[in-house]
Amino acid sequence: MSEDVTLEILRYRPELDSQPHFQTYTIPYHDDWVVLDGLNYIKDHVDGTLSYRWSCHMAICGSCGMMINGEAKLACHAFLRDYRHGVIRIEPLDHFPIERDLVIVMDSFMEKLSSVKPYVITQENKAPSDGENLQTPLQLMAFKQYTLCINCLLCYAACPQCGLNEKFVGPAALALAHRYNLDSRDEGNEQRADVVASNEGIWECTFVGACSEVCPKHVDPAAAIQQTKISASLDWFKARLLPGARR
Amino acid sequence: MSRRPYVRKVNRSWWLGQRRYVAYMIRELTSVFVGLYCGLLVLGLVRLAQGHAAWDGFLAALSSPVGVLFQVVCLAFAAYHSVTWFALTPKAMPLEVRGEPVPPGAIIGMHYGAWAVVSLIVLIAAGI
Repeated sequence: MSEDVTLEILRYRPELDSQPHFQTYTIPYHDDWVVLDGLNYIKDHVDGTLSYRWSCHMAICGSCGMMINGEAKLACHAFLRDYRHGVIRIEPLDHFPIERDLVIVMDSFMEKLSSVKPYVITQENKAPSDGENLQTPLQLMAFKQYTLCINCLLCYAACPQCGLNEKFVGPAALALAHRYNLDSRDEGNEQRADVVASNEGIWECTFVGACSEVCPKHVDPAAAIQQTKISASLDWFKARLLPGARR
Repeated sequence: MSRRPYVRKVNRSWWLGQRRYVAYMIRELTSVFVGLYCGLLVLGLVRLAQGHAAWDGFLAALSSPVGVLFQVVCLAFAAYHSVTWFALTPKAMPLEVRGEPVPPGAIIGMHYGAWAVVSLIVLIAAGI
C-alpha cells in the first residue's frame, strides 16, 4: 500500500507575493527518501516553480540548509522516516533575508567570512622553492575539526544572537578564524583580532550552544568561540601588563 | 526583475520556540539571583561594620522564614547555573596531557571535585 506524506513549504515569490505564505504538497513516502528527495519530487512532478538550493545530496556541499519543523537541518541529511507522523514544515533558514521560496540571501555571511581573513597569514612571503611548511600530526590535530566546516549556515540559523544582532560575526566565521589562529603555520592572530575580539565578534556570543548542536559536521563552533574568548582575554592582559608590553 | 528580499523579524517570544532556548534563558536568569545573593553578602559586611547590634539584626533577618526562602531560591539557581556551566567546561577549556586530549567527563569531574573541596573548606571554616 502506498503511503503519502505532507510537506508544508514556505513560499515567497517576490514578483507575486507581498509576504511569504505556506503552501501544502502531498508526495509519496519512501523509507529511504530524505526531505531533499521530496523537494526534488515536487520540483519534477508537482510544481516546477518551487525554488531551493542543493547540489551534492551527501552533506558535503552545504547548499540545502533549511528549517525543518523549526530545526536548522540539511535537507539531504533529514530522512522523511524521522518526521513520518504529521506534517513536515519546511522554511528557509532563519535569520537571513529570503530571496525566493527556500533560497536565502547569504551576502552578509560572505562579508563576515572574509572579514576574519580565513587563510594562512605569514609575516614573510615564502617562495615555493623555499620548501614546504611542515606540520606534525599533533599540530594538525589542534585545529582539524574546525577545518570541516562546509559553510552551510545552519549555525547562523540556530543562533539566537545572529537573529537579534545582524552585525554579529557569527559561529562559522569565528570558528574558521580560530582554525587559522591555531594553525602552527599561521601568524595572523593579531590581524584577525580587530574583528574576532570586537563586541560584534566573540563577545556577542552568550554561549547558547545551539550552533554546535545543529552542526552537521561536528565542527563545534561554540567551543571555538569560548576558547577564543579565553585566548583573546589573555592576549589583552599580556599586551597591557607584561614588561615591554606594546601599550 | 529587480530583487526584493524579504526580511523576517525575530519574534519577542523566540526563546519559547525550542527547549534548548528555554534552558538557556533559565541559565541567564540565574545570574539575577547570583547577583542578588552577592548583594546580600555586601549588605552583611556593611551591617558587620556598623556594630554588634546591626550584625545580630542581620543574622536574625537571615534566619526568618523569608530570609531562609530567599537563600534556598538563590541556592537552587546557583546550583542550576553551576551544573550547566560545568557541563560546558570541556568545550571552553579543553585540556591536553602529553599531547592526548583529556576526556570531557574527567574535566567535568575535576570541577565537581573542586566544588566539593571548596564547600568542605567553607563548612570547616564556618565551624559546622
